[in-house]
Amino acid sequence: MALLEVRDLSVHFDTTDGTVTAVDKISFDLEAGETLGVVGESGSGKSQTVFAIMGLLAQNGNATGSVKLAGDEILNIPTSKLNKIRAEKIAMIFQDPMTCLNPFLRVSDQMAEVLTHHKGISKSEAVRQSVELLDAVRIPEAKKRITMYPHEFSGGMRQRVMIAMSLLCKPDILIADEPTTALDVTVQAQIMQLLDDLKKDFGMSIILITHDLGVIAGSCRETLVMYGGQQMEYGTTRGLFEMPTHPYTMGLLKAVPRLDIETERLATIPGSPPNMMNMPKGCPFSPRCEFADERCSTTRPTLDGVVGRKVRRRACLKSLEELV
Amino acid sequence: MLNFIIRRVAVAIPTLIILLIASFWLMQTAPGGPFTSERPLPPQVLANIEAKYGLDQPILKQLWDYVIGIITQFDFGPSYKYKDRSVNDIIAQGFPVTLTYGIISFVIAIVVGGILGMSAAIRQNSMLDYFAVGVTIGAQVLPNFVMAPILILIFTLWLGWLPGGGWNGGQWQYLVMPVIALSTSYMASIARLTRSSMLEVLRSNFIRTARAKGLPDRTIIWRHALKPSLLPVISYLGPAFVGMVTGSFIIDSIFGTGGIGYFYVNSAFNRDYAVMMGLTILLGSMTIMFNMVVDILYAWIDPKIRL
Repeated sequence: MALLEVRDLSVHFDTTDGTVTAVDKISFDLEAGETLGVVGESGSGKSQTVFAIMGLLAQNGNATGSVKLAGDEILNIPTSKLNKIRAEKIAMIFQDPMTCLNPFLRVSDQMAEVLTHHKGISKSEAVRQSVELLDAVRIPEAKKRITMYPHEFSGGMRQRVMIAMSLLCKPDILIADEPTTALDVTVQAQIMQLLDDLKKDFGMSIILITHDLGVIAGSCRETLVMYGGQQMEYGTTRGLFEMPTHPYTMGLLKAVPRLDIETERLATIPGSPPNMMNMPKGCPFSPRCEFADERCSTTRPTLDGVVGRKVRRRACLKSLEELV
Repeated sequence: MLNFIIRRVAVAIPTLIILLIASFWLMQTAPGGPFTSERPLPPQVLANIEAKYGLDQPILKQLWDYVIGIITQFDFGPSYKYKDRSVNDIIAQGFPVTLTYGIISFVIAIVVGGILGMSAAIRQNSMLDYFAVGVTIGAQVLPNFVMAPILILIFTLWLGWLPGGGWNGGQWQYLVMPVIALSTSYMASIARLTRSSMLEVLRSNFIRTARAKGLPDRTIIWRHALKPSLLPVISYLGPAFVGMVTGSFIIDSIFGTGGIGYFYVNSAFNRDYAVMMGLTILLGSMTIMFNMVVDILYAWIDPKIRL
């Protein structure tokens, strides 16, 4: 049994223009101590997938399917039960550290409340433990800085605070939703290094959402490629990078700038992601796929293989031989 | 903080002086005077009266005497209309009345409006929300000069529960209707402001963080959402307070409560220069003071504002 088992997870939003499907039947396993990368363009449903797991969907959103944490269903359970899982078992950090901390409360208050609420310890003990974690995420002069307000920290420092805050209860799983997207490149590298180190120290699993393939290559053993709310391809990161078997993955890899090959222009995938209101009937990628034919625009492919088996899985109607 | 208050008071003084000079000048340039009426007085009589009050002096001399009178004796001059009363008497009589029902209305508007707006935001799109939005829109479009007579009609004429007017030392029966008529529209504005700002805050990223931390809804609302939701409401409170204490001419007229609102508007009609000036200075100082209080509240709530 995997630590986290996600089966047929779908997310729908009720809008004034009808129901929009943001995530369509996602299934994956996360083993203890493993890092799973989820990659895809903006709007591919990466974030909504993990929001659904954490019960953080917007009011008009609803999730179907199943999410099991250590065998117990956690999807759509009452908030009071979910609150025992949040922070304690699964913690989350977000894309934009500038707006994710409460600007009206001191960092010490925001961190300590996690411990006083979940562990029932005193405020002073909670602050002491918070300082330890700020040290662990390498914030200098943590003892002094913890009494400051978020606006007195830089973006990278705020993301460190978020990471420290998420680790307070020693969760089994850390969900990192594009943790470095809003940060500049040098800070990105520091934060990713930090996450890797902390993962070893704390022995936790990480779901890392990103659209940066470089980040995936550096930290994730396995990778899930998403497009238009659906899974396109799944496998070991090494395998995916060495031999992608889905046209979308191929396109993504081709678009990565390389230093070892001289090119005039960067390769791109022509077209733009599908409008969620008006999804293609067949494969969501078919309008942009260079290999697509008649069948691709009418028949929707599903991920082949069996969930949990650590082999390559792909959702494409074309055989490997056809994709050359 | 102390530094800020000192600076604000230092700015307040020139503001008041400009207010004083501008209103003095505007008042004097308006056609007519306190003693012009439909039946003109004989020129000799008029000249005598004006000489008595010093109105024959050049305007700068008048202004100077007026300011000196305030500074040395705290004397805001005589009323030209009510011959036996000074401006100080009128303020001493009317201001406590206005303050009493103004402050009660203010407190009620904040408490009721705040609770209504917050609960509507927390249960967005529920029956409670629709009810709150309906009530506040109704209350905002119903002006108090319409509401006041309706209240009198219902509670005095039909039900006979409350006296239709008067003050009587501020007994509660006399306060009920003026307070309802005055506070309702402010209450509605506060409710709508609170609702919309709370809704915005509840959708913000840091509230999502708080939810991801597994905090119960109660903690999220009181600890994380309340303060930021209050900011726009607080900036409205300054003008609202001054409005409730000054905009009471209608209340004073309909309910005969005898507050300064009545004297203020009538002094403008009668060119009762001294009363008008006295009340302008009083209300001007209150406006300045309240805006300062609002600024301090702001800084207390928002750590990004340094005083």
